[in-house]
Amino acid sequence: MSSKTPERKFIKGNEAIGYGAIAAGCKCFFGYPITPQNDIPEMMSKAMFECGGDFVQAESEVAAANMLLGAAAAGVRCLTSSSSPGMSLKQEAISYMAGSELPAVLVNMNRGGPGLGDIGPAQGDYYQSTRGGGHGDYRLLVLAPATCQEAYDLTMEAFDLAFKYRNPVMILGDAILGQMKEPIIPHEGKKVDDNAETWCLTGNKGREKRLIKSLFLEEGALADQNRNLMAKYERMKAEIRYESFETEDADLVICAYGSIARIAKSAVRKLRAQGKKVGLFRPITLYPFPDEPLVKLAEQGKRFLTIEHNCGQMVDDVRLALRTKVDSDFFGVMPGELPNPDDFEEPILKSLEG
Amino acid sequence: MAEEKLVFEPSEVLIDRPTHYCPGCQHGTAHRIVAEVIDELGLAENTIAIGSIGCSVFLYNYINVDAVEAPHGRAPAVATGVKRARPDKIVFSYQGDGDLASIGMAEIMHAANRGENITVIFVNNTVYGMTGGQMAPTTMIGQATTTCPGGRCEEREGMPIKMSEIIGMLGGVTYCERVAVNNVKNINKAKKAVKKAFQCQVDGNGFSFVEFVATCPTNWKMTPIAANERVEEELLPYFPLGVYADKLAEKEGK
Repeated sequence: MSSKTPERKFIKGNEAIGYGAIAAGCKCFFGYPITPQNDIPEMMSKAMFECGGDFVQAESEVAAANMLLGAAAAGVRCLTSSSSPGMSLKQEAISYMAGSELPAVLVNMNRGGPGLGDIGPAQGDYYQSTRGGGHGDYRLLVLAPATCQEAYDLTMEAFDLAFKYRNPVMILGDAILGQMKEPIIPHEGKKVDDNAETWCLTGNKGREKRLIKSLFLEEGALADQNRNLMAKYERMKAEIRYESFETEDADLVICAYGSIARIAKSAVRKLRAQGKKVGLFRPITLYPFPDEPLVKLAEQGKRFLTIEHNCGQMVDDVRLALRTKVDSDFFGVMPGELPNPDDFEEPILKSLEG
Repeated sequence: MAEEKLVFEPSEVLIDRPTHYCPGCQHGTAHRIVAEVIDELGLAENTIAIGSIGCSVFLYNYINVDAVEAPHGRAPAVATGVKRARPDKIVFSYQGDGDLASIGMAEIMHAANRGENITVIFVNNTVYGMTGGQMAPTTMIGQATTTCPGGRCEEREGMPIKMSEIIGMLGGVTYCERVAVNNVKNINKAKKAVKKAFQCQVDGNGFSFVEFVATCPTNWKMTPIAANERVEEELLPYFPLGVYADKLAEKEGK
């Protein structure tokens, strides 16, 4: 940490992500404009040159994600950001990066869908983010910040995790997080040794040539690679993060992530003031999903209500975690609608009363 | 007995192993030219190759330089990322016609237009080779493929795309030439073009592009000799050899 008193910044969630990336030593940004995340490429178009890096506004999201692949192969900390339809276009390269074990950070500021949808907040990309999204068997580490400070912190950490596992890492936010302003305290974070020089492409001076690829044609080679990847995804389970709020004595635990978790937290506070025993469980890593702490809550006999800004996606993971113990109710806010804490009262009370 | 004189040595960068290419395929010749140029310019330890999709993806098995594999058509975007991350490295992509002129049209046009300081080797054999001989954007009118069995038809499928002409007119392109390797004279010219293209990048002069008009005897269903004759008689009149952009020569007033 710096010895100076940290200077608070009053910034948007999108900007917090950009500052987090810069603090993490990001040297290349490749992107394509799409609402509601344009603040990120806009600030990075200046910041990358100031830190001696580079910025390219690509011809498409497809190209941006492939530029990311190239920079990652060259061992550089690099970032792209987009929003839902743009993330669909990036999936091809993400699959290749996962298959080639390349570290890169991708930001998705989720908007309403399917299709062109709207530019408002939503959580409809949960499946796409946590199930791979592109072709083949792979997973991303998916981090879901709920505040601007967390957006800053998790983006910074995302780079370390990407290199630790040599895997793409996604920051999944939404239009609420991207567009709201909050004070954050910037910090220097950990200085992690990437060890990129042990595998990245630099030209084969003084060593054997290196090849970064996802094509495995020799008999058994692809099966080995898939086993290797699956073992890595198992190791990633060490990274699970979550927040438990007022869950200890709760009869009902609300499961929610990101912006919706914040709104649910307000609802929990209001109901607690009325003496209702409700709490909030907020997964911060959406993949790997924090199964075990959720199961522990189930073993204490609690009921569950999953609230999402979609038609029901994370609730599947909640149910998978709880499957032998108990079920979870579900309340979905339709993409295209903006909830406030009072909207959650009725479904919460209904679940609480069973 | 006349004294023997060594006139030809194997390229150091070219790996000594049998290739997977069919008899008469000219990828091998194109590989050798690229390898010799890398040797001659002393770039072997400073170069990163971008493999693409199709028969030529295995370029990285034959050339002894660091390499990364790109998704179909995206090699110029991957090359952009590598070069922006490591501007001091020599970065080249090696792409076929389906890869570059069809699915990757956007990536090649924009990388060229941005004037990325990279080199693109484009091998145009008028057909999708690895996938089994389907129609490419460069397939000739009347040429039968597995997806235009009656022959490519202008009304239905449009005219074969002339990439060097298109690339040559983009503002960011420093050097663009179309070559062939159907005879010794053209092979020598092709090597000069590739050398110029890499030198262009070494000197920091921007985007360089070399199109090889090449054979695919297997998918053309021809003998290697007949395929080579087809290049001369049918392809070169439509895909004329020559320089389509040379800003270096313009600068020097040539």
